[in-house]
Amino acid sequence: MKLDARIPAGPIEKKWDKHRFDLKLVNPSNKRRFDIIVVGSGLAGAGAAASLGELGYNVKVFTMHDSPRRAHSIAAQGGINAAKNYPNDGDSVWRLFHDTVKGGDYRAREANVYRLAQVSNGIIDHCVALGVPFAREYGGLLANRSFGGAQLSRTFYARGQTGQQLLLGAYSAMMRQVAAGTVKVFPRREMTELVIKDGRARGIIARDLVTGKLESHAGHAVLLCTGGYANVFYLSTNAATCNVSAAWAAYRKGAGFANPCFTQIHPTCIPRSGDHQSKLTLMSESLRNDGRVWVPRNRGDRRSPGSIPEEERDYFLERRYPAFGNLVPRDIASRAAKTEVDAGKGVGPTGQSVYLDFRDSIARKGEDKIRAEYGNLFDMYHQITDENGYRTPMRIYPAPHYTMGGLWVDYDLMTTVPGLFALGEANFSDHGANRLGASALMQGLADGFFVIPYTLGGYLAGNRLEAAADSDPEFRRAADESGLKFKRLLSVKGKKTPSEFHRRLGEVMWNECGMARNEAALKRALVKIPEIREEFRENLAVGGGAEELNQTLERAGKVADFLDFAELLVRDALERRESCGGHFREESCTPEGEAKRDDAGFSHAAVWEHAGEGKAPLLNKEALTFEHIKPSERSYK
Amino acid sequence: MSEKKFGVTVRVWRQAGPGEKGRMESYEVKGVDPDMSFLEMLDVLNEDLVRRGETPIAFDSDCREGICGCCGLVVNGDVHGPDEHSTVCQLHMRRFKDGDVITVEPWRVKSFPVLKDLVVDRSSLDRIMAAGGYVSVDTGAAPDANSVPVDKDDAEEAMDAAACIGCGACVAACPNGAAMLFTGAKISQLALLPQGGPEKAKRALDMVEAMDAEGFGNCTNEYECEAVCPKEVKVANIARMNREFLLANFLSKR
Repeated sequence: MKLDARIPAGPIEKKWDKHRFDLKLVNPSNKRRFDIIVVGSGLAGAGAAASLGELGYNVKVFTMHDSPRRAHSIAAQGGINAAKNYPNDGDSVWRLFHDTVKGGDYRAREANVYRLAQVSNGIIDHCVALGVPFAREYGGLLANRSFGGAQLSRTFYARGQTGQQLLLGAYSAMMRQVAAGTVKVFPRREMTELVIKDGRARGIIARDLVTGKLESHAGHAVLLCTGGYANVFYLSTNAATCNVSAAWAAYRKGAGFANPCFTQIHPTCIPRSGDHQSKLTLMSESLRNDGRVWVPRNRGDRRSPGSIPEEERDYFLERRYPAFGNLVPRDIASRAAKTEVDAGKGVGPTGQSVYLDFRDSIARKGEDKIRAEYGNLFDMYHQITDENGYRTPMRIYPAPHYTMGGLWVDYDLMTTVPGLFALGEANFSDHGANRLGASALMQGLADGFFVIPYTLGGYLAGNRLEAAADSDPEFRRAADESGLKFKRLLSVKGKKTPSEFHRRLGEVMWNECGMARNEAALKRALVKIPEIREEFRENLAVGGGAEELNQTLERAGKVADFLDFAELLVRDALERRESCGGHFREESCTPEGEAKRDDAGFSHAAVWEHAGEGKAPLLNKEALTFEHIKPSERSYK
Repeated sequence: MSEKKFGVTVRVWRQAGPGEKGRMESYEVKGVDPDMSFLEMLDVLNEDLVRRGETPIAFDSDCREGICGCCGLVVNGDVHGPDEHSTVCQLHMRRFKDGDVITVEPWRVKSFPVLKDLVVDRSSLDRIMAAGGYVSVDTGAAPDANSVPVDKDDAEEAMDAAACIGCGACVAACPNGAAMLFTGAKISQLALLPQGGPEKAKRALDMVEAMDAEGFGNCTNEYECEAVCPKEVKVANIARMNREFLLANFLSKR
């Protein structure tokens, strides 16, 4: 596999401008002749569809939901970063670039991150113009707040529903193009295969989730905007249907998969209550601005939190990281909580949680102030746990939330398959080994609104693409493969449901490849995952048929792909014998137990290549060089 | 958490496909945990059905935290269940007790045809959006975000309207099957913001026309929509829509 990131030459501040100039242009009257397939309608997908439609391309958007407005971007709460420096507190494109590279623990590509910071301001401008109702000050200008891991206020927000408002903004821009006739939306469709012709991505097979029919859709380029794979852990903050299937189909057709072990565990989630749990609910980490995280000083202290005196409480984040305190980045906060729980100091009925206490903030600011700022989060907490967070500390525990790894892409966001692009969380490019809060929304919209409209044009204008049609044999073969997959799942007729297998896989992944990883545990996982997969093949129960609305079959397909993908994730975690960002190897830490990177051995993106069914994947490496931000130990003490 | 597990009977609408005849069917669900969500209880029932070789109950849901707008069920006659201003995915089983019989139905609206069991087709709402639920601005054309100050109260009111999750509960609760709260919320949001100003007359005319073309009913001031809206979108938005619509008709250049 040839990995050429195709980073433009020249000084980093000029690369994107120069590249945009160098990219060939598609004649405006020719754009409608190009069919662009966009899979997924979140911030990246809807943003891409809208901006490409505006340019005049003929865009087809596929979403597994009943409406494109349901994509999981909608659930993001906290905010979106930009380098506007409106608060005059020292922000700049350079500082956002710096913070993102450092926050990612020096495992992202500098040129891509710089571009992200550069286009961040345009995102805010555009979203305001689209009618996104961001929070404002009394003077009528936009409000900013600080967010986990940042020492300045660069986060724009719309109450606790920033993702929703941005997605609805991008969705509305896309619906405008639907009305204009440049975008056609295919709802309740799931991509099942990528179709390659003459070495290029030329279309997809999609299953109509209502009729079960397999459809062929040909085009000149395919954009995967299909989100992340945190549901490989079964329980995560992702929506129930988030999956890896489209990215996995691309991987099996030759797209390199980069850094699958870079997963983000979010520190402030509501802990699980029992086996029935279908998902975990995140509470915005903005809560850490006013809540103090603690556990009892003595292990096994079962007293109610209110009766534990001050001197017997351990505010462990403030103790260990005095400079950042409760606002340390997500990976650090999560691991610290795990350390306390593992030491037997966890609280709550399961012992698998820590307190997030607002007592002092309420005393200082008053309950009304806290209610005004976080009321909806306290309500949500009450609804789920039946507890009152104003009276008694909330209980929180980390949960899988975001995945930094994804399909490898070059500077143009193109995967190793020509004509196949990956945008947003589906790619690996900008967050390195750890994503900063409020940066996912930024990246999704940057890719969709401001990067792909240029780079896709460069690809289309710079290559001679042969004709491709739905009726080509490549499409028939791919459709047959998909049909066979569903037939196999239906023919097992065993005793266990897809969810039972998913739950078991999730347990293995969380226990052996979760917040802290070591060689022995990862090797155990590499034994257990194939065992589950084996039983899945022999004892799966689905029921119903392929040509009907069959949600159990949909789930079975997703679980089948997670079972294959999980092994790649673990293999990557085993191979990366260093700690960096969200990937913590117990073998690689400082005497104080903090993560220790190994820049000499692992300053690279690990890019996995499919070598054929039943064969071990091949590891390729893209070396990462840091010309501008000197790698240093990430210290938040 | 200390409470005991219990059992309920679920009476649920089963319908094999669009246009087919449906019926209510009853199922026993045992081992219900009070901390379970209502949809997790249905998950447990479905798992049992699959294991027994029966067809599980189809229903839409995704985020399970009340923001994606996928889910929507009528529980014991209540749109989104008995809790006020929440989605059915946020309903927990602690609201029920041992031996309860719970009736579960889909949205019953002409403009939302049933696809299977509890799954309905709400694409009519997307078509209303395509008729004008946007500001016509191309990517890259916008001025600096702070170049146009927006009155904070207007921005807050726009946000109140923009909070709509498009679940369709307002339509399901309305005796006339009206989509006026949904449509009014979008028209209001964009009418309240200066960015939406230039198109507001056209938007009001086009979205109302699309709404009527989809066969949604009219508002007769029942206020049922506001009562069930998970995001507490207010009927004041309908009044604003009517004002915008009348004004647009009055001043229309068409």
